[in-house]
Amino acid sequence: MTAARHVDVLVVGAGPAGLAAAARLAAAGAGRVEVLERETAPGGVPRHCAHGGFGTWTRPLTGPRYARLLTEAAERAGATLRTGVTALDWASGHAVLGTVGPGGPETVAARAVVLATGARERPRAARLVPGTRPAGVYTTGELQQAVHLYGQHIGTRAVVAGAEDVSYAAAGTLRAAGAEVVALVTEDPRARTGRARAQAARLYRGIPLLTSATITELLGRGRLSGVRVRHRDGRTTVLPCDTVVFTGDFVPDHELARRGGLVLDPGTRGPATDGAWHTSRPGVFAAGSLLHAVEPARTAALEGARAARAVLDHLAGAPWPGPGVPVLVSAPLRRITPNRVTPGTPPEHHLLRTGAPLSRPVLYVRQDGRLLHRARLGPGAAVPHRALTLTARWHDRVDPGGGPVRVSTG
Amino acid sequence: MTVTAAGALPATPYDVAVVGAGVVGCAIARELARHPRLRIALIEAQDDVGQGTSKANTAILHTGFDATPGTLEARLVHEGHTLLGAYAARTGIPVERTGALLVAWDAEQLAALPRLAEKAARNGCHDTGLLGPEELYAREPHLGPGALGALHVPGESVVCPWTTTLAYATQAVRAGADLHLNTAVREAGWDGGHRLTTSRGTLYARHLVNAAGLHADTLDRALGHDDFTVTPRRGQLLVYDKFARSLVRHILLPVPTALGKGVLVAPTVYGNVLLGPTAEDLDDKHATGSTADGLAALREKGRRVLPALVEEEVTAVYAGLRAATGHEDYRITAHPGQAYVTVGGIRSTGLTASMAIAAHVTGLLAGTGLDLGPVREPEPVTVPNLGEAFPRPYQRADLIAADPEYGTLVCHCERVSRGEIRDALASTIPPRGLEGLRRRTRARAGRCQGFYCGAAVRELFERGTGS
Repeated sequence: MTAARHVDVLVVGAGPAGLAAAARLAAAGAGRVEVLERETAPGGVPRHCAHGGFGTWTRPLTGPRYARLLTEAAERAGATLRTGVTALDWASGHAVLGTVGPGGPETVAARAVVLATGARERPRAARLVPGTRPAGVYTTGELQQAVHLYGQHIGTRAVVAGAEDVSYAAAGTLRAAGAEVVALVTEDPRARTGRARAQAARLYRGIPLLTSATITELLGRGRLSGVRVRHRDGRTTVLPCDTVVFTGDFVPDHELARRGGLVLDPGTRGPATDGAWHTSRPGVFAAGSLLHAVEPARTAALEGARAARAVLDHLAGAPWPGPGVPVLVSAPLRRITPNRVTPGTPPEHHLLRTGAPLSRPVLYVRQDGRLLHRARLGPGAAVPHRALTLTARWHDRVDPGGGPVRVSTG
Repeated sequence: MTVTAAGALPATPYDVAVVGAGVVGCAIARELARHPRLRIALIEAQDDVGQGTSKANTAILHTGFDATPGTLEARLVHEGHTLLGAYAARTGIPVERTGALLVAWDAEQLAALPRLAEKAARNGCHDTGLLGPEELYAREPHLGPGALGALHVPGESVVCPWTTTLAYATQAVRAGADLHLNTAVREAGWDGGHRLTTSRGTLYARHLVNAAGLHADTLDRALGHDDFTVTPRRGQLLVYDKFARSLVRHILLPVPTALGKGVLVAPTVYGNVLLGPTAEDLDDKHATGSTADGLAALREKGRRVLPALVEEEVTAVYAGLRAATGHEDYRITAHPGQAYVTVGGIRSTGLTASMAIAAHVTGLLAGTGLDLGPVREPEPVTVPNLGEAFPRPYQRADLIAADPEYGTLVCHCERVSRGEIRDALASTIPPRGLEGLRRRTRARAGRCQGFYCGAAVRELFERGTGS
């Protein structure tokens, strides 16, 4: 092994979280801040989201423009961006990574590592959708890159599996590529997106939405010829199509986190972190979609920026917090981040997701049966496609030697 | 070097035509190509080698310990295990010598193990050993509860079926054999020489080898033989994420029953874990789809053998068809009067036995009047290393220093570099589609299934092939 090269902070992943962390750290004088990006260009997923919805209400941006601004901000602040370089695995030492790029293998040691490796959609195989293995099967990520980065030909008739924000974005990309969208198919009773967006797709673009329906089989040899759909009442139909896009169902891309033996949260499948984005491995922080696939890009960027603050404290010599107390959720809640409570590191708030719509929801925070906090949420807030926020004001009531904190709706 | 995929076939007759470029057909073509005087055609209905049973199986290098003693299959698997093991080492085909454990889950199965050890010995496999539960769990700590013991078969190994087929075909083509792809045989006639009517015109040959796999019975009948019928037996398989690889060290086999060999859990040389296959007798020789029932049944079985396995993500699902004939042996028959050899009923052991089958068939061809002429050993070939247990290009500083393209990763999950994709596209038998590229490089074979790299890999493929 080659001798390690030393930097102050190594950020893995140049998406919104990584770039925002790097920009903040470099601007705050954290020393040498280096960002590793395995793709040929920085920016992460927004790079191929050629639609709006990024930036702020007052300054809306497309994904590529947003990616460019984040990249420029990180570079202007003095961070070093290294694209085409892959972080492979951990080397001995608490924050040492083996990497490879066109220049060959390298070992990089850092005083702090920020993992911002993002998330991906689960593909057809992981969803165990049976049938043949024809061409024409995509995830949104592959579809968007094919269309917006490479201008590749997509099929002519497409079915979209899913009906959440990303599914409608996929439908938009398909239409932009000249394909007819045959239908959106979701197992849910309704679309998991804003009403306006669902209506616009259905009424103005004539894209049917099949609810309470499952894609049970892919058909066709060589090229996809159709998908078999089963409705909740047991009826099955075949939708003829040459393209199917499996959308949503994001999972953290946690390979490096798992290889590093980081404790993962059972609800998010990303690394468990406290309110200051400390993972279980000293010197290693995590932020963005790696923690909670998937929230809007601005959430990831905000987390990256906030993680930078904790990294600075760490560089200044703050002790690494212990494992703390895990925070768990009960169904229908699906996940919460941050999901550890360590002394003195409350987040601004926690983010939660529910698996089913809740009417007049009340969140209860308990530890060992003891009620720590109770919060009534606003009407209409608790739907699966939107994050719920929970204050962290109850953190000082947590018994650091007690059992897990549990958040439930009853 | 001749590989064609379109246009008319050569009009001059070949000495030997081998129908079917699966692992067996390719091995036969390679063996024949050791005889430089022969003009050889290897013809294949699909657009790549190894597209049938050869690409979708359990990828095991068998010892033949459980074959029926005295059969041709038992002999050829035993010989083939040694031959392919040595060939793989020379050629760079990844083999992992994991050994297998036949795990007994009840008293009846436990009682069957000594008999299986004895049968293994009769098949020339003398190094098996019985393990008690303690040693079994020490060897496989993640095994589900309740196992009573196991038979250890040290010689069973896992191998890469894709590059095995590719190595044979590449060596045959470089030694002068003609590989004609997209060439489906429609009719076969014999009038002192063979005349094959194909989708690309007529091909003439003095001698014919039928290695047509699932379709071997059809071709055999076209030449007037009614010796066997191929019943496609579907095997569905699940490939689990690389994170599952640490859960299992050996090939875990059930104790065989009258119903067949059962469902196994095995490492793959690519660093994944395989669960399967199902065994479903079908009529349709194209029914390579997976089914909800099949996958559910596999997961149920897998949960018992290795409970932690089913908590991991599935990377791929596939189904292959093996050529069951209802006979407990290969159906390899020489028809000297027709200068014709049938290589039928080659089941899942065919990968292991391939080189031994090739030698056997070459001997049979000589018996049908083929003058083999002198032998000249073909130039050695090396295949791309797809094995996780061996240094891959991205891990080799020397290679990257000489050519930075090997340090430029395109497929991140499988760590495939642009250099490897370029090499595959420029190889003797280049891929004609993304699936062929996957079998040569592993690009798009990983857990994201193209979320990150799919478009980039397609771009490289299309640019590299001008398609």
